[in-house]
Amino acid sequence: MKRTNELIVALAVLAAIVVVVWGVFAVGDNMPRGVTPYSQDVYQLHNTILGIVTVIGVLVFTAMFTSIVVHRKSKGYKPASFSHSTQAEIIWTAIPILILVVMAVPATRVLIDMEQTGGAEMNIQITGYQWLWKYDYLEDEISFFSALDRASNRARQIGSGINPRDVENYLLEVDNPLVVPVNTRIRFLLTADDVIHSWWVPDLGWKRDAIPGMVNEAWTYIEEEGIYRGQCAELCGKDHGFMPIVVEAVSREAYDAWVADQRRGMAEAAHESARLWTRAELMDHGANVYQAQCAACHQPDGSGLEPAFPALARDGRPTGELTSHLEVVLNGREGTAMTAFGGRLQPEDIAAALTYTRNAWSEDEGEVVQPSTIAELNQVELNQG
Amino acid sequence: MSQDTTAHHDDHHDAHHPTGLARWLFSTNHKEIGTMYLVFSLAMFLVGGAMALIIRAELFAPGLQLVNPEFFNQMTTMHALVMIFGAVMPAFVGLANWMVPLMIGAPDMALPRMNNWSFWILPFAFTLLLATLFMPSGGPSSGWTLYPPLSLQGGNSLAFVILAIHLMGISSIMGAINIIATILNMRAPGMTLLRMPLFVWTWLITAFLLIAVMPVLAGAVTMLLTDRFFGTSFFNAAGGGDPVLYQHIFWFFGHPEVYILILPAFGIVSEIIPTFSRKQLFGYTSMVYATASIAFLSFIVWAHHMFTVGMPLGAMLFFMYATMVIAVPTGVKIFNWVATMWRGSMTFETPMLFALGFVVLFTIGGLSGLMLAIVPANFQYHDTYFVVAHFHYVLVTGAVFAIMAAVYYWLPKWTGHMYNEKLGKIHFWWSTIWVNVLFFPQHYLGLAGMPRRIPDYAVQFAEFNMISTIGGFMYGFGQLLFVYIIWQCVRGGEKATAQVWEGARGLEWTVPSPAPLHTFDTPPLVDDSVAVHKDTLA
Repeated sequence: MKRTNELIVALAVLAAIVVVVWGVFAVGDNMPRGVTPYSQDVYQLHNTILGIVTVIGVLVFTAMFTSIVVHRKSKGYKPASFSHSTQAEIIWTAIPILILVVMAVPATRVLIDMEQTGGAEMNIQITGYQWLWKYDYLEDEISFFSALDRASNRARQIGSGINPRDVENYLLEVDNPLVVPVNTRIRFLLTADDVIHSWWVPDLGWKRDAIPGMVNEAWTYIEEEGIYRGQCAELCGKDHGFMPIVVEAVSREAYDAWVADQRRGMAEAAHESARLWTRAELMDHGANVYQAQCAACHQPDGSGLEPAFPALARDGRPTGELTSHLEVVLNGREGTAMTAFGGRLQPEDIAAALTYTRNAWSEDEGEVVQPSTIAELNQVELNQG
Repeated sequence: MSQDTTAHHDDHHDAHHPTGLARWLFSTNHKEIGTMYLVFSLAMFLVGGAMALIIRAELFAPGLQLVNPEFFNQMTTMHALVMIFGAVMPAFVGLANWMVPLMIGAPDMALPRMNNWSFWILPFAFTLLLATLFMPSGGPSSGWTLYPPLSLQGGNSLAFVILAIHLMGISSIMGAINIIATILNMRAPGMTLLRMPLFVWTWLITAFLLIAVMPVLAGAVTMLLTDRFFGTSFFNAAGGGDPVLYQHIFWFFGHPEVYILILPAFGIVSEIIPTFSRKQLFGYTSMVYATASIAFLSFIVWAHHMFTVGMPLGAMLFFMYATMVIAVPTGVKIFNWVATMWRGSMTFETPMLFALGFVVLFTIGGLSGLMLAIVPANFQYHDTYFVVAHFHYVLVTGAVFAIMAAVYYWLPKWTGHMYNEKLGKIHFWWSTIWVNVLFFPQHYLGLAGMPRRIPDYAVQFAEFNMISTIGGFMYGFGQLLFVYIIWQCVRGGEKATAQVWEGARGLEWTVPSPAPLHTFDTPPLVDDSVAVHKDTLA
């Protein structure tokens, strides 16, 4: 009798813990409802399925615990001798099949809805890189990179001494968000440059892999203005956890104004590539480019992480000659994480980053690379290619 | 009567038996090899667990405190490889080695020398694998799935990892051949296939799965090897290859692999529940058919691991429906276990507690698996902590709980002593409570949007991660109690009877405890009175 009591107490304690834990969590976190017709369908579907499996679980566990409490030797319960019942087995094969059909019908409907193609009002190409995103607006001819913002990037270094709670939207903020108009049917074309990434904003209701050499398709139609945040969802190397996505859904007017603004910026940028830069300008801009594009692997002080990520400076001078350095930056190095920056960054970015790299940790005054040089090299590359 | 002859043979063999290291190095005895497998598995369980604790420690609070992201990725990768190939699979092979001959009345495994070899490959394989952590380029860091192109970016350690996987594969295939040969050829007279204990049945089916899919994995990783070192382009789009092809091949291995990790657990639980319910297993025949159906279905559902790669609608529907169908035979098993308990006369010794914990918690993992099959919802769940929670419910509270149940169940037979029942119960309750604190919050993390395999996270995920880490450390250190209980039981304790458990049935309980080195030199005669299972209508 005493042992029975112990067991019942233990069970009660466990049940209480489960109920409390369940209650605390259930108040807070379920899947987000999202802001597209599709994300809301998925949310409904998730809740339906969760409801069904919870009921199944409760029924099975009730039967089991009834048996555990009643059919026990300590209560003198004598075992029955049956070990088979065709009827029962037919019932508990048939009923689950019916339940599965009930689940499959809405699942199929939502999936077919989601795979409806056609009627795109605008197209955006998303390209995944280690470890940032590039967005190309195909109609509006706007193109930019989107990477983790600097505040998060500083805070996330080991021993940064910065409390992540003091950083607004820690790890979920970017330098350039993806701006899109609301109430517009948008087609995303996803691909990647190096390894597989996966583009996921929970409020849009799906994630889709960005795979090098393939183009995937996905759709959205955002109904509410707002800022929606997500992350890369496919392991893509060491900074997989540090390539967030921010979607800013704005009104049609605000979007048009933003497009005009971006166009002006691009015209200025074209001018920038052609002119002659001073050393100070290059160093200044280079520091920014270096921290955004290179520091993740080669480290903020250029010391690298041998052997995967070589040091860029050693004993107060750059490692390697400028010509080979230039070649690697423009064309990348196959079989490593070093990608070709030639087609990826503006000539002045590359020139500035190179100038910065060859001077920042050097005792002597190092070489200066002009944007025009890079532009010419790119041109030669294009003619040959 | 037969026991007298057994004892006589023991004396005879012992005279020639080597001692010390040679006894273990050259052993061809199924019991000794089984013991080595189990000890090896326990060691790997602790190594893999230490890696898990490093992961959980880093995730205790937002921000990076302990390890850099590269090392974090090496830990997630190695934790999975060590736990799957080093802890769970060898544990099941060890149990098969010990118990299959005892359960079918065979004197040993059919191919004893190969048995020795298939075990002794493993320490070399894992030395290779673990050594990569100390190489300049570090261990593998692309996840245990080794998806290209990411896995091809690593250093030369990839070659060591692939060689280690080849060795593990060879070991598994030889083990599987041995088990099939033993079961099909060496059953005692009267031990028909449908009189075999369910543990033997599930292992027979698992062994066929192993033989079918381990070569597929070998092919996949060999293609990685040539892509990385010999300039081929199987998975390199720039060279005309296809990165998604790897995922299809990998998961054609990977999905049957998950059932390799769970079918023997079904078998174990199907032995333990009847014993402590003092009642026949309900629906024996349907259990066998359910196991076979699950094994068959496991070959046609692989793409449900990769719904987000971009597949045609028809393919997604097919893989969704096929996956959902698995719920039917799995449900049959769970209902049969509950029906076995129903109107039984239950007692709750530690093996039974772990088996009951298995039924409840595996069911939770199975139900979240059913949720994951729903493609539109999968687009949200995929690659989040919801998936992490799901597969840890089926692998830790599923496979690992079943292995622990089996160890407590058969330990008296192996050592001749009863383990400390009080400590065993504490181990069960401690593990069950903390493993839920560890993994249950991860469902919520996933639904709230936390991707898996990230070393740092946004602050809204902080509370659940902290709870999960506390659960992880409590559960993890609690397992040292398990090691202590085993050690104590090996050293001594109350003498175990041959029968050990009041309700135990089957040939393994007819030999003395501890089971002598050589058993069933003269095959026993099996009829319905000795068989574990016979159908009685309700």
